[in-house]
Order: sequence, then structure tokens, then C-alpha cells
Amino acid sequence: MAHVGADAEEAVFQSFRNGLSINFQVKRGLSITRRSSRLLHYKSWGGYPSTPQTGVPLYWGQDLLVQLARYPESKVLPFGNGRSQGDVCLNGGGILVGTRSMDRFLHFDHLQGTIICESGVLLGELMEMTVPRGWFPIVTPGTRFITIGGAIANDVHGKNHHRAGSFGNQVLRLELLRSDGQRLICSPTENRSWFEATIGGLGLTGLILWAELRLRPIANPLIHQQVIRFSHLDDFFAISVDSDQDYEYTLAWVDGHATGANLGRGVLTRGNHAGFFTDSHRQVAQPALQPSFPVTLPFSLVNPWTVSLFNKFYYHKPIRKDGYSTIHYRPFFYPLDGILHWNRVYGRGGFLQYQCVVPTAHGRDAMKEILSRIAATRLGSLIAVLKIFGAVSSVGLLSFPRPGVTLAIDFPNPGPRTLELLSKLDGIVRQAGGAVYPAKDARMSPEAFHDYYPKTDRFREFIDPRFSSQFWRRIRGGNP
Amino acid sequence: MRKILVMGATSAIAQATNRLFAQDGDYLFLVARNREKLESISADLALRGAGRVITVVQDANATEGHAALVKQAAQALGGLDTLLVAHGLLPDQKQCQASWTATRQALETNALSILSLLTHGANHFEAQGHGTIAVISSVAGDRGRQSNYVYGAAKAMVSTFLQGLRNRLHASGVTVVTIKPGFVDTPMTASYSKGLLWAQPEQVARDIHEAVVSKREICYTPWFWRWIMWVIQHLPEWLFKRLSL
Repeated sequence: MAHVGADAEEAVFQSFRNGLSINFQVKRGLSITRRSSRLLHYKSWGGYPSTPQTGVPLYWGQDLLVQLARYPESKVLPFGNGRSQGDVCLNGGGILVGTRSMDRFLHFDHLQGTIICESGVLLGELMEMTVPRGWFPIVTPGTRFITIGGAIANDVHGKNHHRAGSFGNQVLRLELLRSDGQRLICSPTENRSWFEATIGGLGLTGLILWAELRLRPIANPLIHQQVIRFSHLDDFFAISVDSDQDYEYTLAWVDGHATGANLGRGVLTRGNHAGFFTDSHRQVAQPALQPSFPVTLPFSLVNPWTVSLFNKFYYHKPIRKDGYSTIHYRPFFYPLDGILHWNRVYGRGGFLQYQCVVPTAHGRDAMKEILSRIAATRLGSLIAVLKIFGAVSSVGLLSFPRPGVTLAIDFPNPGPRTLELLSKLDGIVRQAGGAVYPAKDARMSPEAFHDYYPKTDRFREFIDPRFSSQFWRRIRGGNP
Repeated sequence: MRKILVMGATSAIAQATNRLFAQDGDYLFLVARNREKLESISADLALRGAGRVITVVQDANATEGHAALVKQAAQALGGLDTLLVAHGLLPDQKQCQASWTATRQALETNALSILSLLTHGANHFEAQGHGTIAVISSVAGDRGRQSNYVYGAAKAMVSTFLQGLRNRLHASGVTVVTIKPGFVDTPMTASYSKGLLWAQPEQVARDIHEAVVSKREICYTPWFWRWIMWVIQHLPEWLFKRLSL
């Protein structure tokens, strides 16, 4: 409510600045309900490319129209919590409208398991509301620090794609606000084509005001998991096919540096929600402390040597004989959320993730080639993940998930060698009829994008004339 | 469990504070100007645990309705033990200097409407012999400065009025809480570039909730503003008038 002359106290207490700054930084990360994005760190999670952004927070969805009038010359893009790795969440030279303050829950049906909330609610906040009442989001990606609007706009997927499809498959309805003031309720039955354009629509079709989601019942917050080591990519396929029958969630970490007989070796984790009568009914505690990586270093801690060491260590990590354990859902789904700002280990150069999917028919060979190329360059990094996508078809015109095998791998500080490697990988993916994930991309070519997403031309009809993104301008070769 | 009348319920600080009250299962009677915003807030607070949420659309400047509002809240909630006043606007100082109309409007919203509500609220609480009045004033009321003395003067009036109320109502067991936030990142201050002294509404809300619960009567938020304002209040006038504060 209050305000005192902005420059005054600033000047008087300039000497306090450094101390205060450190305090704030530490504090800001501690609570999930703390809206750090309000202080306007409009950046992508990968920190690459690095572009100065003008951010304007939206406290209410309808304020969008006010902001559009205030900046009549600029293109706008909704910005959630900035967890996209690449440039889909950036809008250099334009305006980012921050949605994190649009975080109200509007309806929760405890009996049917549906929830309506504004698009700035974090998935983690939603879970804090629903999990104690016995309901779980049907699809969750590897971080809970994403907004619902962002999850829809990127049509994110999770460890259960083979059963549940992607996030858009769980959206029952949403309301879209267009720059001309039009408000559209979109669902599979109402304004269906808008619904299909907005899911996976990269925030370009308008502002999602709220969404209604389907949830699934759970007996408790626990997951029964099994961890299995596999020594080659072929074993991954064998174990995955087997796992997908009996397990709702499966995901494998792979050693991106292993070659030859070890190619694609890794650790597969599979799990199911624990039932009412589990042998370990005792409360499984979640970690009380949430460490945070405090600062962005001028250099990266991630290089071929540290990665090799980490990968060896992780591959050989001790696993219980049968591999079974019962854990809280948080470490199961969000191991990386355990360390806030983990992206800072990559230093100021940032990092980029490459996630591709190749159809099952060519999957094995294409994936072998992709992994061998990455391993040969030793550029790949700590987080490399393999997963089989199922046959549930995605709703969105630009949705990434499709049947096949997907690989996601980090590349620190995307220099020329990395970009060259990724272009080569694009070639393999295109030939195999696969796709690369826009949510994590900052470098794919317009031609590649059109190959990956054949419905792009149809999608273009639904773009709001006042909306754009750095990604979109890049993909369009500079055309709006 | 408290029964709270909240004036200016759609303000960022009120929203964040009400979420904490909702977690306690409190009953809330929300007053603001915008129907659509009130509805989404009321749904949100109910889902976050508020025992009861009732909304009324009314402009705080409509002072003739304040007496009825207090009565209506007490009736609807089955009693009333807390009043939180959170409405206000940040006037353009330059515009106020040029126009008495603008200055007067700022004073009406930021001071007179609050005093009106407090008059009726105080009488209600005094009669029932208990209750808590919490009002969001500002550090800006602690000393007039050229950059925003119209806003500051209104807040000074509110703060002084509250001092008097506290003195008067002490005998009847009513608590009066004066909340003095510093810079807060809200729609009201959206056009300002945010420095390091800026706080989030959630942080301020925790302090307000804490002050209401523990009956702490003077609440600077965040805490360091107590010391900043102590220094500013104690600068001698001959020096102060030369500063460009």
C-alpha cells in the first residue's frame, strides 16, 4: 500500500545495499509461495540466449488490455515462472506480461477431482492444495515450479506419458483473453479449434486466464519405486517395454558420455502411487531443508571431466538388491527441485537442453546414432533422460509428444561446437520423422521446425496479432 | 477464529493477508469496488480454508454507507471482532501540487474515508468491549517530504487518529494496530523501478497477520523501516529541508 519517494531512502541507505541484496537472495528462494518473479527476473531457465527483457506484472487477467494500451507499439508474451530453457518464454524488444500474481483458485470439486485455477498458479501450489485432500495432477513434468498456464502453453509431459498422454489431455476447459478483448471459453466441445491451438500454443494465441484440470485420486503422498541399472541402450528398451505394462511412471537417466559396449547405459526408475495398505505406511518425510545454489558463477562447474566423473559415480551408485523403496512424491518427481537455482552451476554462459522424440519404428537406430554422436563429442552434460512416449495423441496443433522414444540432455554454454552438434542431431531426427521440443530450444532452424510440426500453417491462423515471442520470430525467419 | 471486515479487499496486501486469515479458518467480510475481482478472491479464500466469505461491492469513499457496512458485517458473520482497512491510492504528487481537486481527492480516499470507517468501527468495538482495529498507514506519514507529502499527510492523519483511538479504546479492551509498510511491490507502485528496499506483499502480509494475532500495536514492515524512519524523523529540519527526499 505504501510508498515513499523512491530515490530518497535509496540514496541514504546505499551502503546497506550489498548486505540487503544477499539477504533477499537467500530468502527469496526459500518458499514456494514466495513470488520471486514479481521482482522481475524475466529470464529463461537456461540463461541462453541472454536478452534484456521488459517485464510487466499482471495482477488480474483483464489488466492485459490496460497494458496493451500502454505499450501500443510492442508485442507481448505471457511469462509464467521462467522455467523454459530456451527462448519460447522470451520476447526481446517487446513486453513480457508476468502472470505469477494471477494465482487464485476458483473452484475445487473434492468429489469429482477437478480444479479450476488462474493460469499463474504454480503446479506445486496446486499440489499443496490437492494432495492433502487425496488428489494428484494426472501429468506432472520434472519440476513443480511451473505455472499452469506455462504447462498448457508448452503441453508438458511427464513420466506417465505412456498411460496419460501430456498435460493438455487433462485440461477440461480454459478461458482465453484475446488482445481485442474477446474472451473465449475453450474445451474439446466448445471453441475446439482454439483449444487445440492454445494447448502447446507457446503463449501466442492470447492470455490463458484460467483452466480447469482433471485430477486423479491418491491414497497418500507416497510412491512405491524401483530402481534398475541397465548397461546398454538395448537393455533400456527391453526394461521399458516391460515397465510400461506394470508401472504408471517410468524414466531413465543415461550416461551421456558412455560409448561402445556401454552406450546408453543408465539407471531406470519406475513407480506407482502407494495404495492404502502399504507395508511402509509410516510417514515418509520430505527434506526439511531446501538448499539453494547461491550465485551464478562467472564460469561453469560443468565440463567434460566433471561430467564424466559425475556420470560414473551416478551410474554406479549403490542400489538396494531388489531396488524397491517407498518415497515421498517430491523426490520421486522433482529430484532437481531439491536444489533451488541448480541452473546456476552452469555459470553465466547458461545451458541449453536438447529434447527430441523419434518414432518407435526407427527409434532404436536413430537413438543409438544420436547417443553415439553426443558421447563422441563429450559435450553432453549431467542430466540426460530417456523415456518411451505412448500412443495417447496430444491435443495441441504444436504439441511435442508423439509415440516413440524421447531423449533430453543438457549442454552447458552452447558454443559453436555444441550448436554444430545439435544441427547434426536435427538431421537425424528429421530423417527419422521425429521432432524437437520448442520449450527447451533456442536454435532450431525454421525448416526443421516446419518438418517437426506440419500443422504450423493451421496454427498461424490462431496467433493473436499483438502476441509474439523471440522463439516465434526466430522460427519465422524474422517474420512476425 | 476471527470475524473480520476487510475494506479494500482486492488490494495486493489485503489479498495476501487474507490468505493467512483464511488458513486460520477465519470468517471474512470483503468490501471492494470490483465485483469480478471480489468473486475470484472470495472463491480463492474459501478454498484456502476461510470459514465463511461474504463480499460486498462498495466504494470506500461512499462514507454515508459505512455505518450500515459495519452493522451488515456483524450481522452476516455472526459478530465482528476485527477490522482491517487496506484501501488507498497513490496520488501523483506533481498533479496534486498543480490541482487542489486532485489533492482533495487523495485526502478523501486516503484519510477521510478511513476516518469515517474507523469512527463507526471504534464505536462498535467499544460497545462490545473487545476487538482489533488494524489499519494500513505508511512510513510516508512519519515525515513530510517533497516527493509525496500529500500522500504522507493523509497517512499522518490516519496514524495520529489511530494513536488517539488506541488511547481512547484502551480502557474498553480494544486493540488498535497501526501498520506502516515501506516500499511494497503492488499494482499501486507498478510504475516504479524496484530497488533492494522493496518488499513483496506476502512478506508484509505475514507481519500484519502476526501483529493482529499478537496484538502488536505499531508494526513497521519489513522491520528495518522502523530504524530507517527513526533516522529520517531525527534529522534536524535545517538539514532535512535541504535534502531532495
